[in-house]
Amino acid sequence: MRRELCEALVARSARPDLVFLTGDLGFGALEPLRDALGPRFLNAGIAEQNMIGVAAGLASEGLEPWTYTIAPFCYARAFEQIRNDVCFHRLKVRLLGNGGGYAYGVMGPTHHALEDYGVLATLPGLRIFVPAFDGDVAAVVEAAGAEPGPAYVRLGRGEVPEGREAPAYTPWRRLRAGHGPVVVAVGPIAGIAWSAFACDGEDGPDVWAVSELPLAMSPPPRDFTERLSGRTLCVVEEHVAQGGLGQALAAWCLEGGVPLWGFRTVTAAGYPSGTYGSQAFHRRESGLDAASLRERLTA
Amino acid sequence: MARRGHTLRAGSRPHGAIAAPAPHVAPAPLAPGLLTLARWRLLAMHRDAGVGHVGGNLSALDAMMLVHHEMLGASDRFVLSKGHAAGALYVTLWSRGLIAEADLATFHADGTRLPGHPPARGLPGIRFGTGSLGHGLPLAGGLALAARLQGRDGRVFCLTSDGEWQEGSTFEALIFCAHQRLANLTILIDYNRLQGFGTTEEVASLDPIGRVLAGFDVEIREADGHDLAAMRRALTPGTDRPVVVVLHTVKGHGVPALEGRLDSHYLPLTEDQVREAMLGVTGSPPTRESA
Repeated sequence: MRRELCEALVARSARPDLVFLTGDLGFGALEPLRDALGPRFLNAGIAEQNMIGVAAGLASEGLEPWTYTIAPFCYARAFEQIRNDVCFHRLKVRLLGNGGGYAYGVMGPTHHALEDYGVLATLPGLRIFVPAFDGDVAAVVEAAGAEPGPAYVRLGRGEVPEGREAPAYTPWRRLRAGHGPVVVAVGPIAGIAWSAFACDGEDGPDVWAVSELPLAMSPPPRDFTERLSGRTLCVVEEHVAQGGLGQALAAWCLEGGVPLWGFRTVTAAGYPSGTYGSQAFHRRESGLDAASLRERLTA
Repeated sequence: MARRGHTLRAGSRPHGAIAAPAPHVAPAPLAPGLLTLARWRLLAMHRDAGVGHVGGNLSALDAMMLVHHEMLGASDRFVLSKGHAAGALYVTLWSRGLIAEADLATFHADGTRLPGHPPARGLPGIRFGTGSLGHGLPLAGGLALAARLQGRDGRVFCLTSDGEWQEGSTFEALIFCAHQRLANLTILIDYNRLQGFGTTEEVASLDPIGRVLAGFDVEIREADGHDLAAMRRALTPGTDRPVVVVLHTVKGHGVPALEGRLDSHYLPLTEDQVREAMLGVTGSPPTRESA
């Protein structure tokens, strides 16, 4: 989604308040943005805590800072800056985390982001965006830019099933309809869940993509909740179970008295074999590939 | 003369906005009597609240008062990175009429707007909540950069402790500010050489900090942090790079029983210590009018 991100921010670069700070990332991708922004594009160096503190300072003066780095170097390395400097002050800092989930593949676990939105969802007023498809990025940049408080964007690699076209971006959207289980997936893994059931008929599952969290800020739409009664809800996430959407939705269903038939989750299992590989490899190990999802969610 | 009678404004403000900047009071020389009064008020506030941290407040108070009374105009900013000197900041803002006497009386009490470290929102004259060390300098760097990008004049002052230079984020920020040549930034270091559980030299020495930081592309100055004239000279604007002013201070300054003592970092004041400090300053309490 880096190319789409760059295009969206270049389109937005005419806004005089936009400032872009990168933690020394962007080679081969963000040069057009650097050229468009001039002095408002800053390579803040390999110093993420400072970068986010600086961004908070910029935002407090009415500027529109966007920070960019590999996701864990943002939410994990600089968590206290996000909490204290950005969220406690409700400042409009946009945090871009590249490589959501296992997207950095064989680069290894230091570069994976398996607990980002669970951790960040604990912070006050922070809206989380997880675009599911590359075509979502422009709308997400616009939405994050318009957000009145802080925002975190988890970027990844979108995959639309062959021969299909992703519906226009909304925080919650249905990718396919069916009378079977209701499958909810967060961000790009929704494309995998969609492809798992793309050829099913009416008896197959409903598949939904969720791209904004937490539930308190982006609750499920009515046409989703109306479909849950008497059905099995399955939540699919490239994120650990703890703090994920599955837990939040389970609590939400219990509190709302939603009469589910069943409830299942498929989440990131970490590194069960102790070996490393591509994003697809790690997804398979967690049962997050299309074949495994089909088996687990319809058995 | 400080103005009295201002009440604290309500805490809410628009989502994503910062509290209105402090009303601009035309800089005027800081009267020594007002400084004494502020020290007394700080001591009384800590005594009444029964809380410690007074040592690092007393070492920083003179610089904070000087900057706020003589140097901060409407376009200037102050960031207290050593948030545990909140009491000195509250008293300084009180001396400028931005915090009411009635609010000082609530310091540390349930329901107060004045907690032990500056809150993030809701107090005029306080732009950022701080307390976890190592946050102030990145924030100040952002303010200084913002002024440059927006084509605004205005200086940014950031008061750090000496111990917080053990935080990596402070050095991240120093590297950034020096590289960006943020000449509108002045970094003050309260060099009292005592931290929470030992001297800075014993714990993780950067002493002498001025010499250590001279390796960065900043302008290093040194001054007695309890000598107003010396600080005025040291706090003049920089030329083409950030200025770092090492303020040689005494922890617990003005309270003989606490001066230079490690326990002044934590222990609350006793009545005898407060009385001794007050008598030791002038022998009789000054009045507002004399200040």
